[in-house]
Amino acid sequence: MSKKYEITIGIECHVQLATKTKLFSEVDNDARGKDPNTCVSPVDYALPGMLPRLNKEAIRMAVVAGQALNSEINLSSRFDRKHYYYPDLPKGYQISQLYHPIIGAGYIELPDGTRIRIEHAHLEEDAGKLSHYDTYSLVDLNRAGTPLIEIVSMPDIHSAKHAHDYCKELWRIMTFAGVCYGDLYNGNMRFDVNISLALPGAEKLGTRAEIKNLNSFRSVERAVEYEYERQSKLLDAGERVVQETRGWNDATGKTTSQRSKEEAQDYRYMPEPDIPPINLTKEFVEANKPGLLPADYREKLGGTISSDILEILLDYQPLVAKLVELEDKNAIKKVSNLFSSVLLAEENTSLLNDELPSATQLKDLVAMSENQELSSTGTKEVFIKFFDPEMHFKDAKTIAKELNVLQENDTGALEAIVDKVLADPATKKAQEDYKAGQEKVLGFLVGQVMKESHGKANPSAAQTILKEKLK
Amino acid sequence: MKIASKTVSAVSLVKEALEKAKKYAEYNVFVSLNEEEALKKAEEIDARIAKGENVGRLAGVPYALKDNFLSEEGNTTASSKILEPFHAPITSTAVSKIEAEGAIMIGRTNLDSFAHGSSTENSYFGPTLNSHDKTRVAGGSSGGSAVAVALDIVEFATGTDTGGSIRQPASFNGVYGLKPTYGTISRYGVVAMASSTDVVGFFTKTPDDMNLLMSIAAGQDSKDMTTLPDFYDEEPKTIKRIGVIKDFDNDAVDQDIRDALAHKVELLKSKGYEIVELEMPTLKYALAVYYIVVPAEVSSNLSRHDGIRYGYRSEDAKSLGEVYGKSRNEGFMPENKRRIMIGNFVLSSGFYDAYYLKAQKARTKIIEEYNKAFEKCDCILTPVSPNPAFHLGEKVNDPVAMYLEDVMSVPINLAGVPSLAVPAGETADGLSLGLQIVGPRRSDKTLIEFSKELEEANE
Repeated sequence: MSKKYEITIGIECHVQLATKTKLFSEVDNDARGKDPNTCVSPVDYALPGMLPRLNKEAIRMAVVAGQALNSEINLSSRFDRKHYYYPDLPKGYQISQLYHPIIGAGYIELPDGTRIRIEHAHLEEDAGKLSHYDTYSLVDLNRAGTPLIEIVSMPDIHSAKHAHDYCKELWRIMTFAGVCYGDLYNGNMRFDVNISLALPGAEKLGTRAEIKNLNSFRSVERAVEYEYERQSKLLDAGERVVQETRGWNDATGKTTSQRSKEEAQDYRYMPEPDIPPINLTKEFVEANKPGLLPADYREKLGGTISSDILEILLDYQPLVAKLVELEDKNAIKKVSNLFSSVLLAEENTSLLNDELPSATQLKDLVAMSENQELSSTGTKEVFIKFFDPEMHFKDAKTIAKELNVLQENDTGALEAIVDKVLADPATKKAQEDYKAGQEKVLGFLVGQVMKESHGKANPSAAQTILKEKLK
Repeated sequence: MKIASKTVSAVSLVKEALEKAKKYAEYNVFVSLNEEEALKKAEEIDARIAKGENVGRLAGVPYALKDNFLSEEGNTTASSKILEPFHAPITSTAVSKIEAEGAIMIGRTNLDSFAHGSSTENSYFGPTLNSHDKTRVAGGSSGGSAVAVALDIVEFATGTDTGGSIRQPASFNGVYGLKPTYGTISRYGVVAMASSTDVVGFFTKTPDDMNLLMSIAAGQDSKDMTTLPDFYDEEPKTIKRIGVIKDFDNDAVDQDIRDALAHKVELLKSKGYEIVELEMPTLKYALAVYYIVVPAEVSSNLSRHDGIRYGYRSEDAKSLGEVYGKSRNEGFMPENKRRIMIGNFVLSSGFYDAYYLKAQKARTKIIEEYNKAFEKCDCILTPVSPNPAFHLGEKVNDPVAMYLEDVMSVPINLAGVPSLAVPAGETADGLSLGLQIVGPRRSDKTLIEFSKELEEANE
């Protein structure tokens, strides 16, 4: 569909870092499944006289994350205070980085090769959570002080699909780099999307609306689509788009106005005097590079696996990591098929939480399949059994034997089975039909052989022998 | 100072201090007394002494705690209504350290609410009276602590100094008051005024007491990232050249104070010290810089007092906005509000560059000016304030006149250097006079040792 207006999108993404403790205090950073306000220190609670204690692990993770974004790491960075009043913010200010962020300009590449530039990314603390009831609201400060990096993109995105892909790629990069658990349902990553429209060739960008706090790739995509419709209708009617913050309602599929620019807060930023500047060495930055990222896997696996399947597998870092571990192209191809067709089949996705089979187990399995010891069904059965706690450490051959799925490749034994099938009066008609030129019935006869062999016969070998005998 | 031993019991020391505290009740030194806890602790120490245990370098020494230090004993009010009901669940590092040596807190002393002021008249609990003249102010903000030591109720008291809050009341009451190098003593658990200039310090009757307290309280603290690596065990340096600032030698400074300075300068000359005249033209901007930087940090640091989690909450607040608005409006003193508003103004978008950023640049100039001065001299001897203690009510309704009281003390906080206020005689009316010895960063111990050179029998 050709569109009248060009859409321009910039995205701010909040990534919760998977540190053990909070950014400025020594309490547990992982509050999943814990009662409200049980992971809160006097620092998080903002008692008088409490001072922030910077978590070095958060700095290290920011350095890893920054390099994963192809960004330069600023060897000297500082914290600033951003002020506003809300019960989720106990100090009355959020410790963030406005003037000297730790992560400088960088970029990421989408699967289709489009490059999206990163303006900068900064470290900051998360706020608490409010739940509203009829006549009161409750505050949970478990999340207050969780370290975040906020990744700010340049306005380089021009479609809902790219907005979706950008968020998803960021999610992959952050989880692959090991700095974020990536649990979107629990808000580990949240997106603010700035959207504006302008006629193609216009000198200036249009007025933007910011859709806050989106927590899925799909909602990012839908919100962009909705905003295109909303803003283009306004522009078509000769009206103006208001610069404002809007909220997304997943149920109605609409955005609604929350706060206009005039009501925007003055955050009264100032340098954080309780935290000295962070000074890093080049050696520290060098020593904290991310491991393999999606782009690396595309490079390593792209020639071997179809990009459709690779993009699916890239949602599961352990799977692509395992493929790379296999090294052998043929094995990679076979195992990637097992991953996508068996492991990612809906009934098996729970297995993704289990430990993957070892490279040796997988390579043995591939070899057995190659030399016809296992049928494709047998291969899948053995593969599934790798995840069975009782079979977990057993090799492919042992499992195949236990399952009794080793294929019968012995010609002599196969011939005996074929003879038995051909001697069966029930196959008489089929034999005559075949001889009369109806080649289709060969399938039936092979099936009979398979049945007689309890599935262990190699079907193609059986076919060859059948053809020979029916000449 | 008198320390509990087999011959002097901690209980008798504490009882004596408590009796004096009650005797001088009219001075309004204390916000609260810690009678029960203090006596209990004294008994424990006596029991340990009887058993021959090591009870610390401050065993049984009664002290007074400025009421902006968090401690699990009693409420920490910061002399404000908004914190009046606040009982801290933790104890500040400084308090933990001195109490680990056996010191016993007998009461919490009055201050200007949140340490905003130079007279202790901004306290929610009323002013503290000057130890030498009850019609005059105690100075501030640590007025209660200075008077507690001056009246000999306690051996020492804690203070905080953001722009003169230890040195000025020390000089108004004739005791020693040290503003250490920024970052020497942990600020953990001390109600923040302005994070970049706040320091914790002490009031004592002698330089040796000061030295002892500093050696106990100083040191890096993982709970305060701005504390310096330990330096207090270094040997003091020898002082030879004394700087005097020409820019302060003018009519704006009271004649008695100028005479006291001239007298000490002569004394030092007679002892063979070299006197160096300094020109420090940037210092005249210090007050303006201070009243931008400090209110900015004050407005920020006071944001946490919102009536939600602790402290005072307005009873007739009917919405979130009213909880904030009414609790803060009713809970803060006028001077608190004045500084919050100045701070919010200078940090507002559109004004930040013109005020806050420019002030920060000027602050750097002031630091450079001190660095240059300390190339020419080893320490600087200067007045603490332009006047001796003024009358109660004299300046309380004129904020600018009150701010001008800080003109000689604030540059030191902006520069982060140490300064020791020392007694320097009295006026004909018996008001105490004080001077301060300012040194380069980390020269705290040197200054304390050197102050003995200024002691004279008649003080």
